[in-house]
Amino acid sequence: MLTVSSLAPAQLRARLSGPGLDVQTGPFANRIHSNIPHLAAGLAVLYADYPLNEAGGFADFHLDLGQPGGIRRWWRPQVRFEQDGKFPFKPLPVAQAQPFCEWMMNWCVSNRAHGYLIVHAAVVEKHGRGIILPAPPGSGKSTLCAALVCRGWRLLSDELALVRHADGLLVPVPRPVSLKNRSIEVIRAFAPEAVFGSVVHGTMKGTVGLMRAPGDSIRRAGEAVVPHAIVFPQWEDGAPAELEPVTRARLFMRVADNAFNYTLLGARGFDTLAGLAQRSAGYTFRYSKLDEAMAVFDALAGEAP
Amino acid sequence: MSVPESLPLLVRVLRSPQEVLALDLAQWDLLLRQAANANLLVSMLYLLEDAGLLAAVPAAPREHLEWTRLAASNHARGVRYEVARIVAALAGLDVPLILLKGGAYAMAGLDAGRGRLFTDIDILVPKPRLDEVEAALMLHGWASAHHDPYDQRYYREWMHEIPPMVHVRRGNAIDVHHAILPETAAERPDPDLLRAAAIPVAGEPGLFMLAPHDMFLHSAVHLFSDGEFDHGLRDLLDLHRLALQFGAEPGFWEGLAPRAQALQLGRPLYYALRYLQRMLGTPVPPEVVRAAAAGGPGPLLRSLMDALFLRVLPPHHPSCAGRFGAAARFALYVRGNWLRMPPFMLARHLFHKAFISPRDDAKGEQA
Repeated sequence: MLTVSSLAPAQLRARLSGPGLDVQTGPFANRIHSNIPHLAAGLAVLYADYPLNEAGGFADFHLDLGQPGGIRRWWRPQVRFEQDGKFPFKPLPVAQAQPFCEWMMNWCVSNRAHGYLIVHAAVVEKHGRGIILPAPPGSGKSTLCAALVCRGWRLLSDELALVRHADGLLVPVPRPVSLKNRSIEVIRAFAPEAVFGSVVHGTMKGTVGLMRAPGDSIRRAGEAVVPHAIVFPQWEDGAPAELEPVTRARLFMRVADNAFNYTLLGARGFDTLAGLAQRSAGYTFRYSKLDEAMAVFDALAGEAP
Repeated sequence: MSVPESLPLLVRVLRSPQEVLALDLAQWDLLLRQAANANLLVSMLYLLEDAGLLAAVPAAPREHLEWTRLAASNHARGVRYEVARIVAALAGLDVPLILLKGGAYAMAGLDAGRGRLFTDIDILVPKPRLDEVEAALMLHGWASAHHDPYDQRYYREWMHEIPPMVHVRRGNAIDVHHAILPETAAERPDPDLLRAAAIPVAGEPGLFMLAPHDMFLHSAVHLFSDGEFDHGLRDLLDLHRLALQFGAEPGFWEGLAPRAQALQLGRPLYYALRYLQRMLGTPVPPEVVRAAAAGGPGPLLRSLMDALFLRVLPPHHPSCAGRFGAAARFALYVRGNWLRMPPFMLARHLFHKAFISPRDDAKGEQA
């Protein structure tokens, strides 16, 4: 199977500005168009290991991140997101093209892929046990997720937990882990071998650094996982690492609060969420030190079956 | 009947769903993107399902269509709920509540309502009762969405509806009409005639809809007298499905042109039949075409309107954007305003909109 890394930089740019770069992320085929050189370079780093689909077939999502010409090319250059002739979002400074691309990929999934209950959460797996980390921003979800996948956990997703209606399994959609502000340095110190794209300052989420997903997680993106636990992380200065059980009813409501399409799905969403809450243990998790957190999660994953 | 190759892919499939059997994956990709832009993904799902073709759709596009099924049932649930809230809000008034357009198609279970997505509910009430209706809606949480005093005056004095109202909690919009064309338009279909012919929606106590002729004609007016064609193809498909469903009932075709004449709607009827045939291949009996010809424009204007409408009715997708598409859209925008009011009034209105009304630059949102 060809991966994006098989393309030389010039070929990659030609695909992006021509027929589109067809990248498979989990169950989704994306066709990315762009005329922004640094986005091409960023994709070459972050998406090197992803399957490259044949050009011109069916794509689930079309992402066109273009830099408008004219005066805008020189005066406060921008990147804008176009979808089939429409511009659903305001343009951003061109320096933010890479994080913009990630946000748009998330938006495409959460806006369309209603074959899944979609929860705003990171998902990791070890020993066949999937752990969901739902989280409002600022709870330390991405930091914890990045640390776990740098210590041998498989990354299913940093942003979108996909729970398939048909069987209640977690479907991986591994993509770069988006770290913000201080967590970038924290993870660099914790896992010096982690590969980052360029760090972008001044986005609406502050400074953003995208960490490349482990190659093994990308190769195993076709393997769905049984949900095992739902953990609500909360980083707290000086707190010892501590799991505290959450009742099932409370678990249900908290996951519903974090689901993008729960209301839209109606009875279907209720059934899928009820199944998820039924088969997963629920915890809140306070922590301050990543090493302590790793030990708690390894215990949660248990022994290899 | 063979389907002209020159038509956009989506239009060809709407005319003849069997066309999908010959599509490769790249064409499926294009079809779904055109359908998404025309807001017709769900209609596509039901169209293929009803034609027994869903199983023949390749896995990836079929999955997209199935995703929209879930969104569509959410929409259908929302419409029923919203209509029930409106019925409840107006219950004490003893005003006959007539649903228009999408809301009527959906509540009456018409083919035109199958998979049709829309954002606001339109109702028709007698003009002398407008104040009471508006007050009752306000008591139940709807508020006027237009705060600009000019907009308020524009709607209340000149238009056929009061300013759109939006529910403060649910965010759903309702358009309260007292007529189907503006007070200031040259053609003024008598709303009393429409209301007198209205029929109850089966199984929905307290709800009425326009009679078949009037429903078809209103749909035609809405499409061909308006200045915006963002939903042009969807609205044309409404007309197509109304024509197929009502046309199967005795008396529908025979009475259509006379009714259009009684309502001063000969012109929109003419356009509707013309472009239904040209775009969607709708079977219209020849004698009805002949009867409607009386309402048509002269040959010169007809060629001009062909040039304009045939450019704006295809899906608004870059793959269908021919030359002059934007110019046609602009010309029809001006025409839409022209039809709304006399020239001097129009000039004043456009001046006000361009230079005096506050700018709304805050469109779009962030991820």
